[in-house]
Amino acid sequence: MLWELNADQEFFRDTTAKFLSERVPVEAIRRRRHETDAFDAEYWRRGADLGWTSLLVGEEAGGGSISGDPVVDLTLIAYEFGRAAAPGPLTSANVVAAALSGAGSHPEVVADLLSGATVAGWAHAEPRGGIGAVGLEIRADGAELVLDGVKRPVEAAGQAGWFLVSGRTGDGLTQVLVPADAPGVSVAALQTVDLTGRFGTVTFDGVRVPRDAVVGEIGGAAAQLEYQLQLALVIQAAETVGAMQRGFDMTVEWAADRYSFGRPLASYQAIKHRFADLKSWLEASHAIADSAAAAVSARAAGAGELVSVAKAYIGEYGLELLQDCVQLHGGIGLTFEHDLHLFLRRATVDRALHGTPAQHRARIAQFVIDREGSAA
Amino acid sequence: MSVDVSDVAAVAEDVESFRTRAREWIRGNLGPFRPETAMGLRSVPAEEELAAVAYDRQLQRKVYDAGFAGIAIPREYGGQGLTAAHQRAFNEELAGYECATRFQIPTMCPCAAVLLDFGTEEQKIRHIPAMLRGEEIWMQFLSEPSGGSDVAGALTSAVRDGDEWVLNGSKVWTTGAWWSDWALCLARTNWDVPKHRGLSVFILPIKQSGVDVHQIEMLNGAKDFCQEFLTDVRVPDTDRVGAVDDGWTVVTRWMFHERTLFNSPYVTYPQGQVHTVADASPADIARDAGVLDDPRARDLIGEARTLDVVGDALMQRIAGGMRAGRISDQSAAIGRLYRGIAGTRTATIKFDIAGPDAAAWSDDDGGISQAGNGFLMRQTACIGGGTTEMARNVISERVLGFPREQLPDRNVPFREVPRGGSR
Repeated sequence: MLWELNADQEFFRDTTAKFLSERVPVEAIRRRRHETDAFDAEYWRRGADLGWTSLLVGEEAGGGSISGDPVVDLTLIAYEFGRAAAPGPLTSANVVAAALSGAGSHPEVVADLLSGATVAGWAHAEPRGGIGAVGLEIRADGAELVLDGVKRPVEAAGQAGWFLVSGRTGDGLTQVLVPADAPGVSVAALQTVDLTGRFGTVTFDGVRVPRDAVVGEIGGAAAQLEYQLQLALVIQAAETVGAMQRGFDMTVEWAADRYSFGRPLASYQAIKHRFADLKSWLEASHAIADSAAAAVSARAAGAGELVSVAKAYIGEYGLELLQDCVQLHGGIGLTFEHDLHLFLRRATVDRALHGTPAQHRARIAQFVIDREGSAA
Repeated sequence: MSVDVSDVAAVAEDVESFRTRAREWIRGNLGPFRPETAMGLRSVPAEEELAAVAYDRQLQRKVYDAGFAGIAIPREYGGQGLTAAHQRAFNEELAGYECATRFQIPTMCPCAAVLLDFGTEEQKIRHIPAMLRGEEIWMQFLSEPSGGSDVAGALTSAVRDGDEWVLNGSKVWTTGAWWSDWALCLARTNWDVPKHRGLSVFILPIKQSGVDVHQIEMLNGAKDFCQEFLTDVRVPDTDRVGAVDDGWTVVTRWMFHERTLFNSPYVTYPQGQVHTVADASPADIARDAGVLDDPRARDLIGEARTLDVVGDALMQRIAGGMRAGRISDQSAAIGRLYRGIAGTRTATIKFDIAGPDAAAWSDDDGGISQAGNGFLMRQTACIGGGTTEMARNVISERVLGFPREQLPDRNVPFREVPRGGSR
């Protein structure tokens, strides 16, 4: 989390933090475990009122950022989502709103996303796929486009009114906005470790949409999709860092309060050294999450590599940190009754979504080799 | 191109125009960065090392004449009077270009930094411009053979004799003392008070009778680490830094500066080339080993790059947080710990990428040829400049506020503190 927020950003972040702690305390999150939906519509609509969905959309389309650095502002919200293990399709909502408004298409849908009246699913990932691997086919048939393929996992698929779908059109990539109730679209719910996460497999079987469903240009979506991946990764990084911070704070408090053999746990050097390692991972994760957000916000040339570095690092060390927090808690850390697992759950899902750390390390290696190769 | 030093920064120059000016000069005047000639613990013949030192002196002078030495050092001490942001911009533009590494660490940081904090006006005026001109390379006479990480347990003594002090004792782990000029030296001036309260700091020339410099051969054959024996070395009281018996105040800052090193506003070093033992990049080694397309090698290349980039972001966060007063100076230990762990891991990664050829190689194996020795010397990153164990203590006790370890020597006159053998 940034140390140099302006007063407006602080207020913005605090408002969300307060709202989440009142509206979705840990008991409410535990209760969600058996619900079909991840969140109720009213919760999401009120969150939208707080600015959760409008930051990446220009003012002319009803959006606007707090600081002029919209991506950075959005990570403040994502960080609070992580600290609260809060429900809601923050990534999908923002990625889809940014994509639609960036392409200047579907203003009425953008308006509904901004108000929180509608939720859209970002249908990009595919089963067994690498980062950004797209196999879904989109072919032109007269005045219509026809979609065939499967997307998985799609966040909030069951509650989505729309899907932003990426597909392959010949050699190029295309994105289209598809109504969830279009004939040929079917959603099957998936299981997940997160109590509030809801994901689905969305199958497109000969789904027909008019040509104006295209977001951007037919065959020209590669750059858009790279930017969407960057957005998803910085949101995810900030969220995981929020979960890490919460787990770490809980564990520091525990180590200071808990006595064993007549001394606080925090007085044993073996424990102290472990906490020192965790603190270095935590600060490093904050640092790289912030760097990546700033680079994406500025659309810097190195942003693609930085988001992968953030994922590779936080995906590994964030989860090691939270598992170590379980270890330091001992048996109580493995119970459903204790809160720690709520944050471990969220970070676990984040580690796997949008490419694993290993997949991102491969992407980073390619960046390095391309750069060093072209310099030689 | 030469720039009249007096004209540079006469008016506060904004960072971006400074950056542009720096970029043009760097590209027009400096050669490529050559890690094999940078200061470090490598096994090279003495003549080769001395030639590298001589070249660094010329290079430092060239940078000084161009008006880019001591960018964040005040103008009255020969610097440019600009900010840490200007220095950082210069370092970013310097990526890939040569740099007078022997005039950066420890000369500018921590030595010049300590003089700026505690030196007299005369000391600063005499020495800092000389460092910036490439005339004085400084070393730290801090660690002692018996001391390990317990810096305050120094046994080197300084006894007052009129306007002078007489120093006796031994210092160790001084990289390159055999080709250096001056030293910042910690000594005990009072044995009858607890250890932290009886220390003082001095400066002294290394090349003088009474200072006997021995090169220590390290396990990779390098001979740059030195041990110095001080026998009746006379130091005028005007060369004392800080108050008598208050040396711990100086050392605390000294060690703080040592933990910031490459992120210090006083250090000129190409961004992204903070290597300790390492030379060739993991990708270079993979290419030389013919495994550039091996997914396992790529995973390791990605991991090494991740550790590098995250380390840079972390150092910026910590430095920024300290400047803004958001975190205590003790937080520098977080950067030290990270650098140690990342450094050892990176050495292992290079060794693994090099593969079987790291066991037995020839000189024309390129990057592979350093991987074995790099691995042997791996722990340097976790030991030099204070061990990672000490950093962990600082983080847990000073940053997180956990209970301190018991210190049996805390309130005892140093004369009565139990000491082990000489090893």
